[in-house]
Amino acid sequence: MSDRAVVELAEVWKVFDTGGRRVEALQAVSLAVARNEFAAILGPSGCGKSTLLNMVAGFDAPTRGSVLFDGEPVRAPDPRRAVVFQEPALFPWYTVLDNVTFGLRTRGLPAASYRARVEAFIEQVGLRGFEAHYPAELSGGMKQRVGIARVLVMEPDVLLMDEPFGSLDAQTRSLMQELLLSVWERHQQTVLFVTHDIEEALLLADSVSVMTARPGRIKKRLAVELPRPRSLEVTTSPFFNDLKREVLALIREESVKAAAYGPETR
Amino acid sequence: MRRLWPALLPLAFLGLWTLAVEQRWVTEGIIPSPLQVARSWQRWIFGSPVKSLSPYSGTWLAAVLYSSRRVLQGFLLAAAVGIPLGLFVGWNRLVARLVDPSIQLLRPVPITAWLPFAIAVFGIYDASALFLIGLGAFYPIVVNTTHGVRDTNLLLLRAARMMGAGEATILTKVVFRSALPSIFTGLRLGIGIAWTAVIVAEMIAVKSGLGYVLWDAYYVGRMDICVATMLSVGLLGFVSDRALQLLSRVVLKWRTLEAHA
Repeated sequence: MSDRAVVELAEVWKVFDTGGRRVEALQAVSLAVARNEFAAILGPSGCGKSTLLNMVAGFDAPTRGSVLFDGEPVRAPDPRRAVVFQEPALFPWYTVLDNVTFGLRTRGLPAASYRARVEAFIEQVGLRGFEAHYPAELSGGMKQRVGIARVLVMEPDVLLMDEPFGSLDAQTRSLMQELLLSVWERHQQTVLFVTHDIEEALLLADSVSVMTARPGRIKKRLAVELPRPRSLEVTTSPFFNDLKREVLALIREESVKAAAYGPETR
Repeated sequence: MRRLWPALLPLAFLGLWTLAVEQRWVTEGIIPSPLQVARSWQRWIFGSPVKSLSPYSGTWLAAVLYSSRRVLQGFLLAAAVGIPLGLFVGWNRLVARLVDPSIQLLRPVPITAWLPFAIAVFGIYDASALFLIGLGAFYPIVVNTTHGVRDTNLLLLRAARMMGAGEATILTKVVFRSALPSIFTGLRLGIGIAWTAVIVAEMIAVKSGLGYVLWDAYYVGRMDICVATMLSVGLLGFVSDRALQLLSRVVLKWRTLEAHA
């Protein structure tokens, strides 16, 4: 499995030391994401799933264990491991177009070499006509679409998504999920997707790793063998509901534990 | 009425001033009436410098240009040093620990207290004036730039890094841009101090400009010219601040959109 894994975590521990107080965020987490796999990590709030993603991104280092990308240890952020944050994190002083091309410009590529690709991605995420707008003029969902387009144009090896639709309203979230499905089905990008939303994880992913409450461990990894292309309708199928029931039971155990032990969980 | 409302207080003040002079509530011959000031000011601006007996006649523009040039030079010098330095102090902890204590230690020394030192080092020349103006404007610029840099959103830094940005790109495309609103605050405070500094410097360290005219007119008992000078400086300070505000509105267009969102 390690041969084909794009991202591989082996026995990863993360301990935060905040003002003399030790907080174990992750405990012996092992995980492998294969090429072209859409992998979801599902867990209650404060279980350390964002910490996990930050380590794969290179924003944070593990206390123990190894985080590998393409067989090499992760040391720093890299455009081959692109991140979509929970907040859009757009540069407010740049227009939509300049935000989308930031990574390409940073690499020093001539505008002519990517113009067509950028246009195609802007079209795909439904931002056509908004190229000259500033982020302040966009809705939450549109901002997040810019956040997705700007990493897709870089053609990264893996897409790291940290509850990217978490702050959107339910209706926008469904639209964004459908959008992500259609984009993924076209490009088959390797994705590591963190969420606390069971339906979201099952709808989008090929595999769902359920995490425990803090300290976070991977409790179970389930394969989501739903046919593709998928759409929102799949969420009403009996098979989907069986999966959901299974995950729900796993999650409930953890939520109960979190409520009992975790005064510091948000 | 609505448009007159803001003019009400200045008009009342002018009325009271006129009354005070006419009723001799103030010592006669020392405080001029508003009308006298206006007449002297007009002669100072438009009078012929050759035919007139008054040494001030027609010299206003020259004095204004001297002072403005000094303010502009000192201010640009302060910005050219203060903005990059503030960026590095805010960005790099090592630079901060090296430079910040010195800045904080020297900052409470008023620029007026630097006058003798400036004259001793630079003499009665422009350099003295530029030193004082530059130094006065430098502090708010460097302090506000530093503050703006430290306020940069961590998430935006991470976003830039994951898109492959190196230190130089992050500093120029993210940190500087994010600190710009704060930098403009520093620039506006700086130009205000620059106008204070130019008057002080010209009173003592050089022999031209509005500050020199002010002190000279005081010595020869021309309070009308003194008042006209005060008003001129106030006007120039107002105009330069407005110019900066306008510039910031153009440069920070994204921010005005944010305020309306």
